[in-house]
Amino acid sequence: MTARYTVLHETRYTYEAPVGISRQVLHLTPRGTPYQTLLAHQIRVAPVPDISRDMVDPFGNAVRSFCVERDHDSLEVVCESHVEVRAREYPALTGSPPWEAVRDGLSYKAGRTLSPDELTATEFLFESTRVRNKRELQAWAAPCFPSGAPLLVGVSGLMHRIHDELTFDPKATTVSTPVMDVWKARRGVCQDFAHLFLSCLRSLGLSARYVSGYLLTRPPPGKKRLIGADASHAWVSIHCPGYGWVDVDPTNATLVGEEHVTLGWGRDYDDVIPLRGVLLGGGQHELHVSVTVSPETSSSMGAEAGDPVRSMT
Amino acid sequence: MHESLLMRYAPSDARYDEMLDEIQIPRPHWRVFLTQLQSMSKRAMQERSRFVHDSIASDGVTYNVYADPKGKSRAWELDLVPLILPEHEFREIRLAVEQRARLLNAVLGDLYGERTLLARGLIPPALVFGQRAYLWPAQGAMPPSGVHLHSYAVDLARSPDGRFWVLADRTRGPSGAGYALQNRSTLWRAFPDAFQKLPVEPLEPFFDAIEEGMYRLAPSKGETPLVVLLTPGPYNETYFEHVILARTLGFPLVEGQDLLVRGDFCYLKTLRGLRRVHGILRRLDDDFCDPLELRADSALGVPGLLSAVRAGNVFVGNGIGSGVLETSALAGFYPALCERLLGERLRMPQIATWWCGEEPAMAYVLSHLGELVIKPTYPTIRMEPIFGHTLDAAGRAELITRIRAQPHAYVAQEWVRLSHAPVWGKEAQSLLPRATTLRVFAVATPEGWLVMPGALTRVSPHEGDVVSMQWGGSSKDTWVLGDKTTPRAPLAGPKLRAEDVRTRGVDVPSRVGENLFWSGRYAERCEGSARLLRAGLVRLMETGSRAELTSITEACKRLGVLPVPKNGKAAGKAADKPSGKHAIADTDAARAAMFVRAVTDPAVPGGLAANLGRLHSCASQVRERMSTDNWHLLSELPAKVPRKDASLGVASKALDEIMMACVSLAGFAMDDMTRDESWQFLRMGRRIERLTTLASVSSHALSEPGASLEWLLEAANSIVTFRARYRRLPELLPVTHLCVMDVTNPHAVLFQVREIEDTLRELSAPAEAFAELSRASASLTAFPLDSLAEEGDTLAAACKELGVLLAQTERAGYALSDELSRRYFSHAGSAPGAAAP
Repeated sequence: MTARYTVLHETRYTYEAPVGISRQVLHLTPRGTPYQTLLAHQIRVAPVPDISRDMVDPFGNAVRSFCVERDHDSLEVVCESHVEVRAREYPALTGSPPWEAVRDGLSYKAGRTLSPDELTATEFLFESTRVRNKRELQAWAAPCFPSGAPLLVGVSGLMHRIHDELTFDPKATTVSTPVMDVWKARRGVCQDFAHLFLSCLRSLGLSARYVSGYLLTRPPPGKKRLIGADASHAWVSIHCPGYGWVDVDPTNATLVGEEHVTLGWGRDYDDVIPLRGVLLGGGQHELHVSVTVSPETSSSMGAEAGDPVRSMT
Repeated sequence: MHESLLMRYAPSDARYDEMLDEIQIPRPHWRVFLTQLQSMSKRAMQERSRFVHDSIASDGVTYNVYADPKGKSRAWELDLVPLILPEHEFREIRLAVEQRARLLNAVLGDLYGERTLLARGLIPPALVFGQRAYLWPAQGAMPPSGVHLHSYAVDLARSPDGRFWVLADRTRGPSGAGYALQNRSTLWRAFPDAFQKLPVEPLEPFFDAIEEGMYRLAPSKGETPLVVLLTPGPYNETYFEHVILARTLGFPLVEGQDLLVRGDFCYLKTLRGLRRVHGILRRLDDDFCDPLELRADSALGVPGLLSAVRAGNVFVGNGIGSGVLETSALAGFYPALCERLLGERLRMPQIATWWCGEEPAMAYVLSHLGELVIKPTYPTIRMEPIFGHTLDAAGRAELITRIRAQPHAYVAQEWVRLSHAPVWGKEAQSLLPRATTLRVFAVATPEGWLVMPGALTRVSPHEGDVVSMQWGGSSKDTWVLGDKTTPRAPLAGPKLRAEDVRTRGVDVPSRVGENLFWSGRYAERCEGSARLLRAGLVRLMETGSRAELTSITEACKRLGVLPVPKNGKAAGKAADKPSGKHAIADTDAARAAMFVRAVTDPAVPGGLAANLGRLHSCASQVRERMSTDNWHLLSELPAKVPRKDASLGVASKALDEIMMACVSLAGFAMDDMTRDESWQFLRMGRRIERLTTLASVSSHALSEPGASLEWLLEAANSIVTFRARYRRLPELLPVTHLCVMDVTNPHAVLFQVREIEDTLRELSAPAEAFAELSRASASLTAFPLDSLAEEGDTLAAACKELGVLLAQTERAGYALSDELSRRYFSHAGSAPGAAAP
């Protein structure tokens, strides 16, 4: 099974006062993986940057950085990507190794050589800016991981628990709400679900990373796809020895499939912020973000203002 | 000899004593100095002790203590007695520190490069990826020179058997070398005779090597390298040291906002435009360096700095991310790493350290808690060291639970009995033994590492083993006795050449100009609003016509000086008592409250108290530009603001004092400061502020042609001139001439314009950038003043026209202020090197 998508991700800032210098780093280029191919990709910036550069971040994600060094009242970044996504093959959940073995396999033993894969796994084992390592979370997640349970059975159980106990509520959190507040309030958006999931897994000593991307949404039966109504999405990827990385989506309680488009990954949201920048001047700003994921057969391309608040499922 | 000097000096059997040997005889390298001390009377000792204390005060040596509720900074503590080390002992230290610096540099290079040490299991990933101090974006941002670690410091302690041990590594931007230099300069003055007799190794060559080394490590490709010292600013605990270092090394002392990255090159914003920076001696914490890629909430950093480093266009020492090696947990891994990376045995042992992330280590720690000191693995975690022997059963159980839950977060170290060194006890009038540690410094040069022949020695304030400047400890100068007797005066750098004298002060950071500019604006704003408010208060205290009071109130409102009344409150109050007479009294009361608040309440945004606060804060940023008297006057100003419940009389008296102080400040500005480039901005700030204030009040006065104008003369400080010149009541034409057109009156609008134009010429500013003000002033000059002698509609039209011209002039003043900010301070939009000529 393969699917092709066009992703249109538009961001527009309107500033109250002129901005003199704007430096931005973009994580907006879909990553090539065994199950995803980037067919075509274009980022348009207005005003045209004085300096623009493509590079690769420490996690292997493609990054565009640019700088506008003259007065401007607005900044527009339009990113258009054409990707092919193929179905993934997942191992049987019950066939995965016992979770304690996975945990102990990553703990340090002096002089033991780590394979490149294991070394990569250790990068996602510890606390990071948004992910906490807490005894309370360890205790909360423990019932999903009884002794000897296969890793992916535990992961699936925890995913369902988070999905069932948390309410999806875009008003409950902001982009900077700490994960422990999310856990206490049991509310949030996909980013919060992912950070809580990651915090539980890492508190248990397991390696897991944050994946940023998009999800194809289905219009209600009989309705046309709304342009700009989609949103950025986030999920979690777990290191499973013998298989590799298993992507699970706690917001939708599902394994990641052909309807998820991957942008990139890091330890948490802060490593893969779609647009991160520093401005000189500007005062207050208004932000419009609009995301459209359309299957390539669709011809309904176009632009329209999206949700002006926070666009995140 | 005064036996009493050592009378109360009781060495401990359990410790090494730096001064006395096992049979309590002074060690050979102490004898010359001790003989000298003993030849001195107690009184002489006290005098020298006082001398040391006074020198520190007069040199302004301070150490900022974050936790100190009493104040921001406190005087540095320096003991009268140095620590003396013989050459052969220091040689061992030198070799060991040099080796350790090489080792740590190699480890750092690997952690941010190939990461083979992790892959081979030589370093636990938890001690790298688990640390916030490991900065991912710094991966690959390593200099071609291979110098990742540039300044290194290590804390050493001596065990009872006389061997030195490593206590801790300082790799972030180690502090202390500047204080050591300051200590040396103080003791050199306290004991000039001892320096004549003893071959004390000088410290200056070490600082020369830092300076020279930075110039050569900086990728200047043929340009004259510009190296700066980057400080977090005056609130940092060791800011004083940054000042000494910058002065000693001859590097401009800059804050993050002074630097700018353009197209992967780093620049210093100076009043003459952008100057390329090739090297940065960094004293700003790693994660604050670049808000674009590191901590986004850092206001202290330089956006884009990492990209300039990655491009190889600027050398930063220490490399960003070097703080990852500050954890004590890595100590246990260094012996093996040293063999592996350098093929050498580690020369100096580290005090026994157990990282609980390894099972066997944790088991040992849990069963030996009583003998150990427990610390956090990650230095970014706030936790004071726990001395196991001080815990009761419950405390021990709690600690064990914490360690078991997060073993990798804890490190245990053996509890060392530090060596004792003598300190001068002021009260005891005797030498006393105190626990001692040494901080030794090394710096990378293109030829390798150089170790400073000396140290910052720190001593415990009491009989105990806690040694930290944060906890009230004292410091010592450290004398390494060399082979040859070549006494030399400290800090005697090469003589300045005429060329040096001519070029000094060229690179004035824009921040200095900006703070002077705003100091000027706020000083003038305070004076201007004080005049207006006093005019109001005086009239409130008199009985008589309220017409002028209305004019003053409106003029104040227009300048934003008065509090904005809460909706309807004042009006409602007046409506309660409808009688005409009472209504006036009530309006007076409401006005009086408003005026007093404008004087006293810092919460009124445009009020006098708030602006005095702003003046003080801007001026304190450029304190070094002011004479002692000038600064004294400034720092006293906020205290002149009366209490909020002040009566009209008290408030008006305070205004008199504040105005006098403001006038004195203006005098200092004219006559007490070097008139370099940055001074022009102080002058400019004052003139622009006076211009906009005068234009605003005059414009307002013209909106009511028939009203009394005495208040305008008061606000423009021109009443004496007017009376002397005209000897009659204020009339519109002469008043307008005096306050607007008269270029001989320092309080007239056009006088300010002339001064501004003159300053702009001094700054060689291009005319087109300031065209708006020139146009506005040309229209003002061309205004037919005769028309103000007309009457009726003709007069009204003339007043209206002049009012509009004045409002235009006011706007042009604000526009000029913005333009100056962009051109000289923020450098937004200007190309490097092409800003102000």
